[in-house]
Amino acid sequence: MTKIIQPKKQRNIFSRPTAEEGVWSWITTVDHKRIGIMYGYAAFFFLLVGGLEALLLRIQLSQPDNNFLSAAEYNAMFTMHGTTMIFLAIMPISAAFFNYLLPLQIGARDVAFPRLNALSFWIFIAGGLFLYSTFLFGTAGAPEGGYLAEEVSRLASAPNGGWFGYQPNAGLKYSPGTAMDYWAIGLQILGIASLVSAFNFITTILNMRTKGMRLMRMPVFTWMTFAVSFLLAFSLPIIAIALFFVTFDRQFGTTFFLTEGGGDPVLWQHLFWLFGHPEVYILILPAFGIVSEVLPTFSRKPLFGYPAIVFAGFGIAFIGFGVWAHHMFASAISPVAQAGFGLSTMIIAVPTGVKIFNWLGTIWGGKLTLNTPMLFALGFIGMFVIGGLSGVTHSVVPADTQQTDTYYIVAHFHYVLFGGALFGIFSGLYFWFPKVWGKMYNETMGKIHFWLMIIGFNLTFGPMHWLGLQGQVRRTWVYAEETNLGFWNLIVTIGAFILAIATLIFMANWMYSRRKGEVAPFDPWDARTIEWSIPSPTPVWNFSKAPEVKSLDDFWHQKYGEDEDGRALKREGADELLAQLEDEGLNPKEEIHLPSPSYFPIIMAFGLPFIGYAVIYKSIPLALIGVILLLIGGFGWGTEPLEEEFESSEEEKPDMEKPQNYE
Amino acid sequence: MSDAHAYPHEPTGVETRKLGFWIFLSTEILFFGTLITTFLIFKGRDFPGIKLTDVYDIPFTSVSSFVLLMSSLTMVLAHNALETDDQEKTRVWLLATAMLGAVFLAGQIYEFTEFYHKGFELSTNIFSSTFYVLTGFHGLHVFIGVVLLLALWGIGQRQKGLSLNDGMNLEFIALYWHFVDIVWIVLFTVVYLI
Repeated sequence: MTKIIQPKKQRNIFSRPTAEEGVWSWITTVDHKRIGIMYGYAAFFFLLVGGLEALLLRIQLSQPDNNFLSAAEYNAMFTMHGTTMIFLAIMPISAAFFNYLLPLQIGARDVAFPRLNALSFWIFIAGGLFLYSTFLFGTAGAPEGGYLAEEVSRLASAPNGGWFGYQPNAGLKYSPGTAMDYWAIGLQILGIASLVSAFNFITTILNMRTKGMRLMRMPVFTWMTFAVSFLLAFSLPIIAIALFFVTFDRQFGTTFFLTEGGGDPVLWQHLFWLFGHPEVYILILPAFGIVSEVLPTFSRKPLFGYPAIVFAGFGIAFIGFGVWAHHMFASAISPVAQAGFGLSTMIIAVPTGVKIFNWLGTIWGGKLTLNTPMLFALGFIGMFVIGGLSGVTHSVVPADTQQTDTYYIVAHFHYVLFGGALFGIFSGLYFWFPKVWGKMYNETMGKIHFWLMIIGFNLTFGPMHWLGLQGQVRRTWVYAEETNLGFWNLIVTIGAFILAIATLIFMANWMYSRRKGEVAPFDPWDARTIEWSIPSPTPVWNFSKAPEVKSLDDFWHQKYGEDEDGRALKREGADELLAQLEDEGLNPKEEIHLPSPSYFPIIMAFGLPFIGYAVIYKSIPLALIGVILLLIGGFGWGTEPLEEEFESSEEEKPDMEKPQNYE
Repeated sequence: MSDAHAYPHEPTGVETRKLGFWIFLSTEILFFGTLITTFLIFKGRDFPGIKLTDVYDIPFTSVSSFVLLMSSLTMVLAHNALETDDQEKTRVWLLATAMLGAVFLAGQIYEFTEFYHKGFELSTNIFSSTFYVLTGFHGLHVFIGVVLLLALWGIGQRQKGLSLNDGMNLEFIALYWHFVDIVWIVLFTVVYLI
C-alpha cells in the first residue's frame, strides 16, 4: 500500500533528518510545496515592511514643508522601499508561485534539484536578514560638509543611495559609513539565491515533464517561468560582477566607477541596467503567466492564440536585453545610441501588445465569472495597459529627458509593477488558494479587497503623472508651498492609506479563510490544467501516479468534448471521473519515492552573511565562521546518502538478493 | 521496485544533473564575459602610473599556462581510466590534475607578489584593478576546482573506488575543469598577448 520511502541507512557520519512535523520538518524540508509556502510568507512579510516604508514617505510628502522625516531618513526609506519591493517582495513571491506550481503543472513529483531549491530559499532569507541588519549595525555617515551631517537616527542608518545605487553618489566619498556596503553585499547574496533557483527551474522544465507533456502543451505559467529563469540566469551574473566592483571600490580602494582614478560612473549605469531592464521582465512575466491561466478558466474559453502568447513572452525576454539604455537617456550616451535604444523600446511594445490582444481575445464572447481572481486579472490588464502606454512615451528621447527623475517615472513604474505585477500576483493568490489550503477564501471580502485596491491604487499613482509633468522631482524630500503641489500630494497620500486598508482586509480574509473557510470542492473552478486534477490541498506526493498528458489544457479535455458547433460539451461521466481522480490522488497504489529532507542547505546559506560581514568589517574570524559553515554544508551535502541508496529498506531483503533490474 | 523508477523524467535525454551543470556553466560565461568586457573598455583608456607591460614576464606566464593546459589532459586521462574502471589510474590522474592546478595557482601567487614588489598594486590604476579582479576571479575558480579534485580523490581513496554514478561525480568536475582552462586561454590571450 501507500509507502513513502524514508532514509534509514547512512553512508558516512551523516544521516538525513526524518522529522515530518514541527519546526524541524520545515527547516529541513526539500518539498517544493513547503518551500513555496515559506517563500510566499517571507515575501509577504517583506511586502508589508516595504509598504510601511512607503507610508512613511507619503506622510512626509502629504503637505508642503513637512518635517515628519529628516532628509537622511527620507533617503534611507526610499532606497529601502525600492530595494525591498523588488528584491525581497515581488521576486520571491513569484518564486513562491514557481515553486508551488511548476512541478504540479508539468506533472512532476518535485523540482530537479530539491536540495538546491531549499538552498535558494534559505539564501534568500539569509540575504534579506543581512540587508535589514543594516538598521541594527549599519552606519550612514555624511559626506564632508554635507547637509546630512547632524542626523544619526537608526532609521537613517540604512542604505541611502537609491535602489539603483548610482555612482559616484553611492561610492565611499558621498555615501560614507557601511550602509551602502550592506546594500551591495546584500544584493549579491540575494542574487546567488535567484541564480541557483534559475538553474533549478530551467532543468526542471526541460527534464521533469511527465509523459506526453510536450513543450507546446505546457501551461503558459510554466512557459513564463521558463522565460524568467533564462532572464535570471543571463542577467544576474552581470549585476554580480558590477556589485563586486562596487564592493572593491568601497572596501579596497579601487576606482572602477570613480573618475578620479580613471574609472567610469557611466559603466555602472550600463552594467546595472543591462541587468536592471531584464529584471523588469523578471518581475512582470510571472504575472503574465498567472493571468494567462486565470482568464481562460473564468471565461470558459481556451486561451486565445496560445503559441502567440508563448512566443511573445520569449520575444519580450529576448528584446528585453536590448533596451537597457532607455534608462540612461539623460546620461552621457551618443545620439546614435539614443535613437537605437529609443527604437528598440518601441519594438518591445509589439510582443507586449500581442499579449494584451490575446487576453482580450480570450475574454471576448466568453461566459465570464467575475469573482476575485478574475477581477484582479481584469484590473491587471487595465492598469498594465496604462503603465505600458506611459512606458512607450519614454522611448521618445526628447520627451524622456524631460520626464527623467520626475514623478511621471514613479507613476509609470508603479503602474506596471503594482498595477501589473502585484495585481497579477493577487489574482494568482486567490486563484490557487483552494489548491494550497483546501479551503475557499471569502468572496465578499475578496471583492472588497479588489475594489479598495483599484480605487486606492489609482488615487495613489494616477495623480503622480501630472505631479511629475508639473515638475515634482523624484526623491524630493520637501516641496515649498508656492509650488502648488500640495493638493495632489495629499490625495496621493490618502490613496496610499486606502491601499494599506485593502491589504489589511486581504490579510484578514487569508487568515480567516485558512482556518474557517468552507472546504474547497475537488475542482472548484472547473479548471483547465492538470494541477487541478489532484486533491486539494496537494498531497505530499503530488500525483499518486505519473499523469499522461494528451493535449494542451489536458484536464479540461478530460472533462469536456465539443458539440458540432465547436462549443464545449460536458462529457458523460465527467463527474464520476472527478470522484475517481480524487480517490486515486489520495490513495496511491504504488510506492512513493520522495526526495529526503536535509540539514545542509540552511547551514550553507547562513555561511554567506558571515562572509558579507567579514568583508565589511575586515574581520578574519567572521570570514572563518562563514567559510567553515560553507564547508560543513558542502561536505555534508556531498556525503549524505542520496535517495537512490535506500531504495530497498530492510524488510525487503528478498528483493535485495535478486539481481537488481533497473529499467 | 521498478515502480519507483516508473516515474518518467529526462525527456531531453540528457541526464538531469548534467543538464543543470551545463546551465550553470553558461552563466559562468556571462560572469567572465562581463569582467573581460570591463577589462577591454578600460584597456584603451589613459591611466596614470605603471602598466602591466612594465612588469609582466610572458615566458613565465606561458609556462604556467602550459601547466594548466596539461592538467586538462590529465583530467581526460582520469576520466578515461574511470570509464574502463581502472581505479588505481583514475586516482593517480586525479591527483596529478589537482597538483598541476596547484602549480598554476602557486605561479599566480608568485606573479602577483612580484607585481606588488614592482609597484603594480590593486589600486595603482584602473588597469591594475581590472587585472587583479579578472585574473583573481579566475584563480578563485581554479582554487575551487583543486579543492573539488582533492575531495574526489579523497573519496576515491576512502571508498576504494569511484563511479560515474556518484552524486558529484568525476564527469562534472571534469566539465568544470575544462571550462576553467578554456577561460584561461581567452584570458591569457586578451590580458597578456594582445
